[in-house]
Amino acid sequence: MSEVYEPVIVGFLCNWCSYRAADLAGTARLHYAPNMRAIRVMCSGRVEPDLVLKALREGADGVLIAGCHPGECHYIEGNLKTLRRYTLLKRLLAQFGVEPERVQLLWASASEGPALAEAVDRMTEQLRALGPLRWKASVLGSNGYHPMAAVPCGGEAEVSDRLVAEV
Amino acid sequence: MEEKVGVYICHCGTNIADTVDVMDTAQWASEQPHVAIAREYKFMCSSLGQELIENDIREYGLTRVVVGACSPHMHEKTFRGACQRAGLNPFLFEMANIRELDSWITNNKEAATRNAKAMIKGAVERVVLHQPLDYLPVEINPHTLVVGGGIAGITSALELANSGYHVYLVEREASIGGHMAQWDKTFPTLDCAACILTPRMVEVGQHPNITLLTYSEVENVEGYLGNFTVTVRKKARFVNEELCTGCAICEEKCPKKVIDEVFNVGMTHRKAIYKPFPQAVPMYPVVDRATCTYFIKGKCKACEIFCPAGAIDFEQQDELIQLQVGSVILATGFDAFDATRIPQYGYGRLSNVFTSVELERMLNASGPTAGKIGLRDRNTQPESVAIIHCVGSRDENYHEYCSRVCCMYSLKFAHLVRERLPEAEVYNFYIDIRAAGKRYEEFYHRVMKEGANFIRGKVAEVTDIARTPEEEGKLVVQVYDTLAGMQRRIPVDMVVLSLGMEARHDAQKVAQLFGLGCDLSGFFIERHPKLDPVLTMVEGIFIAGACQGPMAIPESVAQAAAAAVRSSGLISQETVLMEPVRAHINEAKCSGCRICNNLCPYTAIVFHAERQVSEVITAMCQGCGTCVAACPSSAISGAHFTHEQLMAQVQGLLWDMSEPESRELAAV
Repeated sequence: MSEVYEPVIVGFLCNWCSYRAADLAGTARLHYAPNMRAIRVMCSGRVEPDLVLKALREGADGVLIAGCHPGECHYIEGNLKTLRRYTLLKRLLAQFGVEPERVQLLWASASEGPALAEAVDRMTEQLRALGPLRWKASVLGSNGYHPMAAVPCGGEAEVSDRLVAEV
Repeated sequence: MEEKVGVYICHCGTNIADTVDVMDTAQWASEQPHVAIAREYKFMCSSLGQELIENDIREYGLTRVVVGACSPHMHEKTFRGACQRAGLNPFLFEMANIRELDSWITNNKEAATRNAKAMIKGAVERVVLHQPLDYLPVEINPHTLVVGGGIAGITSALELANSGYHVYLVEREASIGGHMAQWDKTFPTLDCAACILTPRMVEVGQHPNITLLTYSEVENVEGYLGNFTVTVRKKARFVNEELCTGCAICEEKCPKKVIDEVFNVGMTHRKAIYKPFPQAVPMYPVVDRATCTYFIKGKCKACEIFCPAGAIDFEQQDELIQLQVGSVILATGFDAFDATRIPQYGYGRLSNVFTSVELERMLNASGPTAGKIGLRDRNTQPESVAIIHCVGSRDENYHEYCSRVCCMYSLKFAHLVRERLPEAEVYNFYIDIRAAGKRYEEFYHRVMKEGANFIRGKVAEVTDIARTPEEEGKLVVQVYDTLAGMQRRIPVDMVVLSLGMEARHDAQKVAQLFGLGCDLSGFFIERHPKLDPVLTMVEGIFIAGACQGPMAIPESVAQAAAAAVRSSGLISQETVLMEPVRAHINEAKCSGCRICNNLCPYTAIVFHAERQVSEVITAMCQGCGTCVAACPSSAISGAHFTHEQLMAQVQGLLWDMSEPESRELAAV
């Protein structure tokens, strides 16, 4: 590649910790990769898998979900529910051939502006290396049909093989 | 009906305009679907900027407003107000944070402008789906709970009670007074702690507006701002408070002596039935169940036999009391650092190494030595005393922070030791002297002039192994003197470790009980470190004193008074308006699967078995949206964060990504 690929990350930030961490990073003028577009949710527990899939489908190269540290959730334990859903979602995405780096979960408290900035930098680097997600081609298959429908079992290897061949 | 959106882009002086091409962004925005008008302005939050929006709403009949400016945490309220003044429901407004999340994080103008457009597009797509909402009025219960009966809790309780409001004061120990009751003199004025504290304790005990619950702990907290239900366990004292006169005959007659670990930090004995200290409030003693002979062997009851009032009651049980309060002030204080965690200072191993708390008790005229300074043998007066600063503080192995009070109380020790033992040499080993406070620096100079020695350096070790004859039988303080640039070994008779302050060992537990957060050091997190130091992230729960961070008495008292004012402010409003961000279940769609029931951390979702549907109790819902995300039938909608709104926002955010293939080619 002659140029660096600039990925786009959709960030779901919880109102109480992570959005404030992002505010803090800005206020402190911490420069980090301008590759994240943020959405404020009240709690990371509000982030339904549908929203993550929507972002990937609409062209995002990655999704970052950020919430309060376990035990510090403003809503007591919403972040733990996020963790449960996230774990399941990751397994689903792996079956689609979506690389694990593309969807990440981060705990960032309101004081951890630098941690959030670092995470965005790190994720941007990882996604630059991976290149664009190309949902239609790599997840739905080049002609738009669902690859899993054609290969009910053992499909995982085939999908990733194809990915390697394409990338 | 097609919505008419007004988009307003703020320059924020140069804060945004230097990085984001605001002119281009406004021009672009005006061409987007739904957008009726787009403008940019130097300072959108100024009164002129707000008027601009208000006039446009009236003139162009705008039905939605988007402002691209700073963080919603900064100015969402401001612009909601502008909408409201122009007759638009404040929730038909959305903010795009193009400052903190965009212009301030990069110098790349192209990327920043692209992000600004994306965020504004996301906001526009979202705002057209917004629904008008009304703030929820919440009635405020006029009673307040204060947790912790130290100087901070006492101050909060008295401030509120004297303003005419009723207060429940809950204290874990048998008496209020807290740490301050243990101290001897207070710096820098050297007035005695008891002289200024005990009148306030008595006032608390007698105040008609204060219900004092000592020997009690909060066990459960439910509810929300204005309406908390708090369950308090009042531990059995085995003394009937109605009958007890506080004559203390029981204490005299009790045959069981135990070490007083709490108030006198193990330096003396108390009885199994005891008052923590003579001026205790309330004056009733408690029977210590763990050591009382009757509870261990099943017989004794000497106290009961001798009590002239018949107040001893061995049948007493713990009581669970439910309190209804509108707000809570937490003033749970601090723990002193555990000196045994630094083995090289020898506490617990070398008998004449003392902690600062022990020295306080020793200096106190009503303490275990009646104010005499002596070594552990209780007879020998020390001829030389080393005071080691920053024990547990300013040390990356223990606590990185400065405990703020130790310099000053160490200087006070230097003064008091020389006052009582004029012949004794006093050495202060310090890293820096931090005497920032009213008349603190003057006190430091006074102590220096009095002839105390100051050695700048962090003590490496305290040892009893002598290298020279004059070190024989002494404690040797090994230190690198950073001013003289040399190693020193200073033999002394007594070493005092100036302990730092740390968060209570159970602060985390208390935080969870009340739904608060703790910072990395374990202290409770305030809403804003500068502008809102006494409110927590939970509406209606305030913090005061050293549970928020290390602080001395004056700051604790100031915070306590501030918390009381905030609490009384809520009460005087009678009702407050709460954000209407709440979940709601559409009964027609609800399948009755009950997945949401167990998810709710506030048990705000009830199941109606007869109709096989769940319902959200609006007053209890806090609006996190966890149930909304989980509902498999999409029956739950979260006001202001609906599925449709968030999906539209995602789509808008990625407006320029619809042709990822072509984008990729351009990049290659």
